[in-house]
Parts: sequence; structure tokens; C-alpha cells
Amino acid sequence: MELRIDRAGVDRCRTLAAAIVAPVEAFITAHSTVSVERAVLRLLGVDGITPEEIPLPNAIVDSIAPGERGHGVAIAFGKAVAETGLDPLTLAEAVGAGRYSIAEFGETPASAARGALRPHVANALARIAAQREERAARLARLPQLPPPLLYVIVASGNIYEDRTAAVAAAEAGAQVVAVIRSTGQSLLDFVPFGPTTEGFGGTYATQANFRIMRAALDEISERLGRYVMLTNYASGLCMPEIAAMAALERLDMLLNDSMYGILFRDINMKRTFIDQHFSRMLNAYSGIIINTGEDNYLTTADAVDQAPAVLASQFINEEFAHRAGLTDSQIGLGDAYEINPDLEDSFLYQVAQAQLAREIFPNAALKYMPPTKHMTGDVFKGHLIDAMFNLTSVMTGQSIHLCGMLTEAIHTPFLGDRALSLENARYVMNTARHFGDEIVLRPGGAIERRAQAVLNGCEALLERVAAMGLMHAIEGATFADVARTPDGGRGFEGVFVREADYFNPFEESLLSARLPV
Amino acid sequence: MTKLVKPYGDTENDGKVQLSFTLPVEWSEAADEAARQLAGKMGFADVQVVDGRRVASGFSFFVLYASTPQAIDVESVHAPSAREHAMSMEEIDAFVAERIGRKVRVAGACIGTDAHTVGIDAILNMKGYKGNYGLERYHSFETFNLGSQVAIEELVRFTQERGIDALLASQVVTQKGSDIKNFTALGELLEAQGVRDNVVLICGGPRVTNRLASELGYDAGFGRGTLPSEVAAFIAVTLAERLRARSRA
Repeated sequence: MELRIDRAGVDRCRTLAAAIVAPVEAFITAHSTVSVERAVLRLLGVDGITPEEIPLPNAIVDSIAPGERGHGVAIAFGKAVAETGLDPLTLAEAVGAGRYSIAEFGETPASAARGALRPHVANALARIAAQREERAARLARLPQLPPPLLYVIVASGNIYEDRTAAVAAAEAGAQVVAVIRSTGQSLLDFVPFGPTTEGFGGTYATQANFRIMRAALDEISERLGRYVMLTNYASGLCMPEIAAMAALERLDMLLNDSMYGILFRDINMKRTFIDQHFSRMLNAYSGIIINTGEDNYLTTADAVDQAPAVLASQFINEEFAHRAGLTDSQIGLGDAYEINPDLEDSFLYQVAQAQLAREIFPNAALKYMPPTKHMTGDVFKGHLIDAMFNLTSVMTGQSIHLCGMLTEAIHTPFLGDRALSLENARYVMNTARHFGDEIVLRPGGAIERRAQAVLNGCEALLERVAAMGLMHAIEGATFADVARTPDGGRGFEGVFVREADYFNPFEESLLSARLPV
Repeated sequence: MTKLVKPYGDTENDGKVQLSFTLPVEWSEAADEAARQLAGKMGFADVQVVDGRRVASGFSFFVLYASTPQAIDVESVHAPSAREHAMSMEEIDAFVAERIGRKVRVAGACIGTDAHTVGIDAILNMKGYKGNYGLERYHSFETFNLGSQVAIEELVRFTQERGIDALLASQVVTQKGSDIKNFTALGELLEAQGVRDNVVLICGGPRVTNRLASELGYDAGFGRGTLPSEVAAFIAVTLAERLRARSRA
């Protein structure tokens, strides 16, 4: 199955995406954020909470005068490491308990700080590299089933219940398990600590919770003879910190979009652009596959109208991802099966969009999201719509397949719902495994015309964005009909300018360690 | 007048129902029998386990058909609807112009930590839902869609500052009763601020019913499948009645 589309148009879209992202990257490299700095501390080994239950990375960053942050928190912290001779965690605990203040070591030369941090930086990078190699070894020994990789969500609020649900889902055929976060975590400017058993609409992302789930999935992977991947969310105000934790705990995928937080969570755009860049640099090094959030354009507005915006966002996400060092196989560009099922030939439109993404991004780990917007309490019809979604996914060769739930719009999935959903996907994908290889799309037919129209619309949209500049385009409600100002939204106070001597030890190392794209 | 009815399979009063559930036991023939007996304890007769299978280690899924001996007198059942004032967008605009004589100020939000704006967007956004335009499209409404994760305090402050006539609170996430807690907290804060009677207070979400809304002290509740014009008509009619009652008093 192949679409005849205007390849020169695709090239023009890529050129436009590069022109859109380049000025934003110039802005990014001149700034940092409190969350980037906290991620640096986490990588150095700072974890835990103060007696007042403030996460230590927050306590340290907050204790450094805003005027000092521009040099990089690593400098101020490294001076204290050099002077005290303590390891980063012990030092952070002492600062958290009030026994030291980072400010006391201001006179120490910066070179001493850099030197004192060097072994801890090397240690962190070695830990991440070891996890990357561990994943590769396990994947070689415990091969996955062929794509689309069946992906399900667990979301009980209690990590131990989630563990039970995840293991059951893996046994029922799931190849990727995502622990959805508690609603509202994206707006917290800190990462909660320790195992958690209370959450709403999901379970808090904490490093302890990551570890509990990883251990459970490693165990079931051995039993099933196939590696089961773990996913969480590097989005919201703590993107870089989540990416750091995920790298250390061997998560395999992270939801990580360059614009999602801006548009759909009202997070400041500057904060988001800076945060997504450092988090993606970490993801690149740790071998994590990112999942982008284009599905959100479709759930909040009409899916037929928004198709060009989805493609435009895919081009922009790809460009940002490449600039952070991610390889194509690590870029899970998003799309969703959200066209109104009552629309005649809606299936043709879905196939057109999914196949278009496959052909434009041939090596990307495309992430296909299920119908949600038009799902009702009618579980029987919902199961049928999910089957059509499953068929579209297998025939267009999607890489990551978030299984639709027949009880979508009713409750967070029951264990039995997940099993039925996985059965549906396994049945349809098995029965139609090579269907896409066997059919030819009618030249000039409805599917091809639709795909070309979406591509044309995308190019026009990217031209507008390139002319305005990305930040102004967002201000002008170009994406998802949502307008955001460059200095508005949550988290703007955590953005600051880098001084000439700004130091982020990981950024330097990650740039030099970049894998070939 | 009573009218007793039972579920209808293929014969009147056969009482046939379909059930499915998961039991936390390894599948076996005994597990099928356990499912059958469990349905019997639920009060069902003629229980048939038509499918039972392992879905994970330690979990089995069952599909059953059975008959219920229970019947319900449908004449005795009442569920008040907030969707009875059917009017088109043009009719509502004309109604507001005539009876209220100014624009009605409507604010809506997903309250608490809920980030799912699909419901509130369907009602408020210009585009609307199922070809039925949202309130932003009406000449007679001035609409403020405050979006997701709006704190209750912020919503009440906004209501007071902008002289809002109708307030729409949406909740999609219902885990552990978070929706009920948030709706209740909003109602209580409006009462505490002494502004509850100044607004037509409406809750919405896929699990909301009008009966639930009245229990929570709201003026109306709208559930799945609600069209924007149904909400618009309720607001217009309720507000007009209130203003008329106030001008008489």
C-alpha cells in the first residue's frame, strides 16, 4: 500500500520546520530553568526530602539566590561538594537539615566546583549507559512481538494495584505498560517522593514508583520470554527531572511533547521549550523512545479539520527531537483515531492520515492513539470502533499502538476491560497482519486525495508559522485554537538567562556523547 | 396505575439479563461453577455461564446469561429532566432578547485537578457538538471558558468579579468520588460567599445526572449526549423565571 504524494512538498515542510525551530533553539541555549537545574542535581545523586518533606532538589535550587542561578546551580553546589568533601546526596541532606548553606562556599573558585563534580557526573552517565545496555541485552534475549506494540495504561492511583494490573495486562498480550499520572501532577513544580498509594485518575510519577513497576515488569518479561516496556510522562513543569529519573530506572518510553504543555496545560512556552530540550537530550542518551501528543489536537477540536495541524506538529516535534540528539527510531510521533464514526467514509480518512504519517516518517516509532472523543457508554459499539482502529493501525504499519478500551468514557479500565481490549487488538492484527502489503490504493482515489489535501494544509500552516515565528504563532492561536503569550502561563518565574560562564556538566557530556542520528 | 416490567430477552417477562465480570481466581471448571453460583446469590435464576476463560494468572473472565425474578413498576419511577425546554439557537437568542434584554454571562470550567475539557468544550466552544453550536456562537451569551484544572476559589472569584449569570462546572474524572467532592466544595463556597442565588448553577460530565445535581443543590445536571442548545435553553428559561420572580418581589 503506497500513497502517491508530492514528495517535494514533504521536503518543503521539513525545511519550514527547521526554519521554525532554529530561532527557538537559539533562545533555548541562552536560558535555563529551575527544573533543568533540579534534573542536574538528581543526576548527581540528590534524591530524598527535607524534614519538611520538600524534595531535596527543590530545597537546594530554592536556596540559591536567583542572581546566582545564571551560572548554573552545579557551580554553587559543586563548590560546596569541593569544600565539604561530602558526596552530593549526603551534602544535600545536610543542606536540607539546615547544617550547611550553599551560600557559605561562594568564594571557592568555579574550577574547584567543576573538578569536584567530575566523578559524580561520570558516575551518573555510566549508570545511564549501563541501563541502556541492559535494555538492549534484555531485548536481544527476550524479543518483542512484531509491531504495532500493544500499549495499555494502568491508572489506579495505587502503585501496588497498578503493579497487579500491569502484570495481568502483560500476560494478556500488552507489550508496553504506561502508568498514567495523577491528574494535576503536570502542574506541580516538584516531583513527589517515595511509593504512593493515593492519586486521582492516575498514580504519581516518583522514582520509587518507577522502580517498583520496573521490577515487576522485568519479572513478568522473564516469565513470558518477551520484554515488556515501561512508560511514564515527561511533561508538565518537571519534564527534565522525570527524564532523569526515567533514565536511571530504565523506563523505555516517555510522553514528551514540545508544545503539549503550552497549549493544553497553560505552561509557559519558554519554560516548556527549554525543558523539552534538556529532557530530550537525556532521553536520547538513555535510549528512551519519546511519544508526542498530537492526539490532543484531535480530542479538543474536530478531527477532520485538525489533520493538517497534526502533521505540522509532527514535523515540528521531529525537528526539535533531532536537535536534541534523538534518532528517528526514538521519535514516537503521535496521531489518533478520532474522526466522528458517524461520518461517511471516516475510515478512509483515518487510513489516509495514518498512512501519510507512515510514509513521511518511515523510520519513526509512530504512536497511534485510540478513539476517545466519540466513545460513549455503549460498550458494544465502542468495541467495534476500537476494532476499526486496530485494523487501521496494522494495515498502515504503526509502531506503538495504544489499545482502545470499550469502557472509555466510563471509568479507568478494569482488569477485564484491558483483557478484552488486548484480545480485540490481537485478533484484528493477527487476522489482517499482511493486509497492507496486499492492497493498492486507487491512484487519485479518495484516500490519496485526502492525504494530499492534508499535506497541502500542513505546508500552508507551517508557512504561516514560519512567517510569524513559533512563539508568536502560538500567541495567535495557530494551534488547537488556543492562544498563549510568551511570558504567560505557569512556570515562567522558573526561567532565567544563562550567564557567559553558565555550567551544566551533563549538557556538555551529552553533546559530546551524542549518538549518530 | 402500575405497570410492572421485566427485562425482555425474546419473550415477555422472561427477565433475561447479560452479565460479565472478572474473578480473581485461576480459571478452571470450578471457577465457571463459582461464577454461576455467585450469580445465583445475586438473585438471578436460570444462570448460564456462556464463556469463562483465563485472562491472566490468577484472573478469569466470565460472560453469563440469567433471568431476574425482579420487576419494576415503571409508572412509579420519576427522573426529572433538565432537557425539557427544547429550543433552537435562534429561538433562544430571541427568547433572551425579549425576556432578559441583555447578554447572559456564562462561565464554565473543569474544576479541581480535572484536565479533561472535552465536555465543557463541547458545550461552550463555537463548534459545539453533533452539529449543535456551542454557547460562544449565540448572540445572547457572553461566554468565558476557563479551561481545565481551575481552582474552585478562582472560579468563585471570577463569578463575583464578572457578574456571571450561569456557572458550568465540569468533571470527567470520577475516581474515588473526586467529582462529587469538587461539585460539593463549589456549591459550599458559593453559599459561603453569599452568591449562590445569583447564578444558575449547573454541573456536567459523563456520570452526572439531573437527579445527582439536585441532591448536590445544583439547579441542573447534564450527562452524556447533552447538546449545547439544551444547556442554553435551561439557562435562558431558568434565568428569565428568576428575574421575573425577583422583579415581582
